This record gives sequence, C-alpha cells and structure tokens, in this order.
Amino acid sequence: MRRLLLASAALLVAGPAVAQDGSVGLSVSTLNNPFFVTLRDGAQQAADSAGLELVVVDAQDNVSKQASDIEDLVQRGVDVLIVNPTDSDAVVPAVRTANEAGIPVIAVDRGVNGGELAYYIVSNNVAGGALAGTFICEQIGGSGNAVELEGIPGTSAARERGEGFNQAIAESCADVEVVARQTANFNRAEGLTVMENILVAQPEIDAVFAHNDEMALGALQAIEASDREMLIVGFDATDDAVAAVNECRIGATVAQQPAQLGAEAVTAAAEIIAAGGASGDTVNVLVDLELVINADCP
Amino acid sequence: MLPARFDWAGLLGRFGLVLALIALIVALSLQSDRFLTYSNIINILRQISINAIIACGMTMVIIGRGIDLSVGSLLAFTGVVGASIAVAGVSPWLAVAGALGLGLLLGVWNGAFVAYAGIAPFVVTLAGLTMYRGGALAYTDGRPISGMPELIQYLGSGNFIGLPVPIWIMLGFLLLSHFILRHTSLGRAIYAIGGNEEAARLSGLAVRRVKLFTYAYCGLGAALAAMVLTGRLNSAQPSAGVMFELDAIAAVVVGGTSLFGGRGGVFGTLVGALIIGVINNGMNILDVPSFYQQIVKGGVILTALVIERLVAMRR
Repeated sequence: MRRLLLASAALLVAGPAVAQDGSVGLSVSTLNNPFFVTLRDGAQQAADSAGLELVVVDAQDNVSKQASDIEDLVQRGVDVLIVNPTDSDAVVPAVRTANEAGIPVIAVDRGVNGGELAYYIVSNNVAGGALAGTFICEQIGGSGNAVELEGIPGTSAARERGEGFNQAIAESCADVEVVARQTANFNRAEGLTVMENILVAQPEIDAVFAHNDEMALGALQAIEASDREMLIVGFDATDDAVAAVNECRIGATVAQQPAQLGAEAVTAAAEIIAAGGASGDTVNVLVDLELVINADCP
Repeated sequence: MLPARFDWAGLLGRFGLVLALIALIVALSLQSDRFLTYSNIINILRQISINAIIACGMTMVIIGRGIDLSVGSLLAFTGVVGASIAVAGVSPWLAVAGALGLGLLLGVWNGAFVAYAGIAPFVVTLAGLTMYRGGALAYTDGRPISGMPELIQYLGSGNFIGLPVPIWIMLGFLLLSHFILRHTSLGRAIYAIGGNEEAARLSGLAVRRVKLFTYAYCGLGAALAAMVLTGRLNSAQPSAGVMFELDAIAAVVVGGTSLFGGRGGVFGTLVGALIIGVINNGMNILDVPSFYQQIVKGGVILTALVIERLVAMRR
C-alpha cells in the first residue's frame, strides 16, 4: 500500500517537473473491449504528462499476434515494455526475448508465468472486498445478517475478495454477522440455487455479498422470486450488473479502475527510465478499486 | 404382485436407493427444522428439474451402452441461440423451437459419429463438449444475453396449478422418456442393444438408427433444460452448464442404471437426481463450509450406492 501511495505521488509530480526522453511500448491484449481501451487511455495520459513516447500495439486477443507485436517493439528499441497478456503462458517466450534484449518488462492486469518482470500492476482484490464490506455495513446501519456467496474455492480472486470482505466486517462492523458462507463457483445458475437454499435456511438476511456479478445476479433472481428485500453487492461491474445497479435492483458492484492500471504501469516505466534500469525483483503494485452505486436509489 | 408392465417392479428393485434418500432426508430434518417444509420440498424439486431433464436423455443413452459428455456445452449453446432469437423480438415460441431444433441437430451429429462412423461415444461427445462450448462463446462473444420475453421467463419461473413450471416440464419429460423406454418397440430395442449389441443386430434390430435416436433425444433434453434455465435466470450464459454432464451421469448411475448398458430406467434417475439435489440443498442450509462440501457430496453419493448394494444383496 505504501508502494502504491509512492507511485501515485510520483505520477503527480513526474509530469511537468521533468520532461524525460524515453519510449515505452504497450502491448494490449485487445482494444475490442472497453476495459482495455480505458486502460490504454490511462496509460497514454500518464505518458503525455511524464513526457514519454508511448507506442501502443493491439494483439486483438491473438496470442501469436501478441508475440510478434512484442518482437516488433523490441526491434524498435523501446526503453521499457508494458505487457497486458492475452494469455499468461503463451506470452512467456516474447517476454524472454525482451529480457534478453535488456528491456525491462512490466505486466499489467494479468501476470506472466515465466521470464523476468520488473513490475506487476494488478487490481487490489482484498481492498475491493473490503470496499464491499464497508459499504454493506454502512447501508444496513451497522448491524444485521449478511450472506457471502463465494467464488470457486481455492482461486485467488475468491480468496482475496473474501478476505477483504471478512476483514472489513470483523474490524469495523462487529454487529454484522455473516450467517452463511457458501460457494456458488462464480456461476449465475449456482448463485440462484444456492441463494434459494440460503433463503430457506435464514429467515433474516439484510445483505448479500457475492464474489462476482454473475453470482450476484443469480442471487437477485432468487431474492426477487421470494418477495424478500435485501441489499446485494457484486464484483466486476459487468454490463448486466451495472444495468441492475442503475435500476436499483442491486446496491453496488465493485469495479476495477482500468485507467488507473494503465497510469500506474506508465509511472512504473518512468521510474525505471529515471533510475536507469530495473532492480532485480518484481515489484507488485496494487491498484485500488471503486464502488459503482446509484445515489438515486431509495 | 404388481403388473410387470409398470416400472413398479423396477422401482421396488431400487428400494434400497429410496431408503437411502429417506435416510438422508431424516438426517437433515433432525439437523434443521427448516429442511422438511412444503416450500423447501418445492424448492428442491425446482432445483433438480434441470439436472433431471438432462439425466432422462442421459439415461436413454447409457441404457443403450453409450455416454454423452457434451450435454453441458450443448445446453450453453442452445441456450444462447434460443435467447438471441428471443431478444431479437421474434416470437418467443420460435426461440424455443430454434433451441430445441438445434439441440436435436447437435444430438444427431453426436449420434451419427457414434452409430455410423463407429467412433467411441466418449471421444465423439468429448469433442462435442469442447466444440459446443466454443460455439456458444463464439456466438455471443463471451457475453451473457439478458432480458427474456414473458413466455421464456414463464418456463423457468412461472407457476401452473400451484406448482412451478420447471417441475411440470420435468415430470412431462420423465413420463415421455419412461413411455418410450417401456412401452414402445424403440425402447425395447434400446435395452436390447445395451444388453448385447451383436445379438440385437443379428435379431434384425436397426441398431444404428436406434443409437442415433438416443443421442438425438439426449440433445433435445439438454436443449429443453437450456430453455428452463434461461427462463429461470432471465438470461443465457455461454458459460452455463459447466460440469452438468457429470451431475447428469451421477444422477443416472446413483439411480441404478448400469454404465454397462441394458439395465435401468428414468424413475431411478429421478431418485438419483433427488439425492444429489437434497445433498446440495442440505449443505447450503446447514452452511457446510465450501471446501468440505465436495468431500461430503462425494461421500454421501458413495454411501447411497453402498446401501443400495447391501439391500440388493439381502433380497
């Protein structure tokens, strides 16, 4: 977290202070998805204010195109390479090529399962879970019964989102009891059936936190069919979930901040260039998330 | 003695299984007073309807000594195709017909390779499992299709004479499957082929056509389940139905149908689906931690089968 603050501070001061010379290559998995377009825009903005040239290539979700994209960037002689992998395994040979050419590599949003990374920029799922926990706590007035619909057991997303949520409840909201914790495997159909079963078991439920929007939307179907009312919070800000928030059918969904991910990657690149190279170990930068809510809902 | 034409004999033959189900229900009722209520029983029946519909087709395939691993992906593919027709504003009936038609077609595709090309059903339907999933993802670009018209929602969430529509659809498909298996020459041919394919061929049965039928029927069932699921969720996902093939096969096998073909029936499959549904429901109600649920589920299924075997040996 301290690292994150430092990075953000660097972003603020780097721009106008020193107009650095340097070029950064950004290989994006696909620009056919608004999430990555926003990530690219955030990177571009940060590069402009840091005085860096940013070369963006779009892999169109094609692993072999990404490999040749990265080779082109290496040939071009960029100072730092930012990779948003289409596939964490398939991108490894291309990352190794950059390593051999002495170009530091930064991975953003998805990791790389090999080669050497200077930075790994990724959303802070724990903080996202905590955001949901705090929001639920405030909305139900600090006490009541909550239900947690967990993702696929053992996955990092399920573990981290759950950890953040339960920490927030335990630390700042002791009067909220999590009366049921059940997995629905990130799946909408299971979100529906598991929530139906929990509704049978629990006569008093004030809020539901689902580790992703699919389960939240499944739970929504179950809750609406039962004629009971409770706050639902999802995670990911998918189109369906944002629409449901706008219709006041679910309370909130936790959103990653793609612009921030892109900006942090460029900030890290600027630091590498300023330092004249990368240090040995991979530095993890965790980017905060935000809640998508609808203030007009009752 | 009850008349042998009815499945009563078969049902009694699986008395041990029913006993296992009853034992499970009693155990859960002792744990929670919220388990054995009218609304929860309806809830369980509604939840098992999708698995039971798929498992009816699967029963037919397995009795004919085949297997169909493609049903989960087939459900996803037919679901998104049906949903896309429905949201396009054309008649929702056309959406249902389109989904069922595609299900039948993909089932025929599976069956043709098994029956006419002689390729092992495991391999053919494993290929189907990946191809139909890919088809669903490519067709939707990986995104769910939401906002179904009234009729489709009615299939999944409506009520008819006091019972949820999915339960009626399940019962209807169950009776149809039972009728085909036990009261038609086609059904007798399926048992004959599953029992001894060579003997069936020598006695003049159209073995290939009968096999083709079982896969087509299984595809139809999965597509029907797809429309029920789409109605229930008011949305179709290209990621729907992952691992549904295993749930269906588990219901069939727990229900006493032999994986080696020639024996079994859909009422047993219903009991099998009920056992699995009751376990899932009970674990949610008792708030069994996620990590342990998989152990409990496997353990209870195994125990049910052991009880069934013990009772069968006593008789």
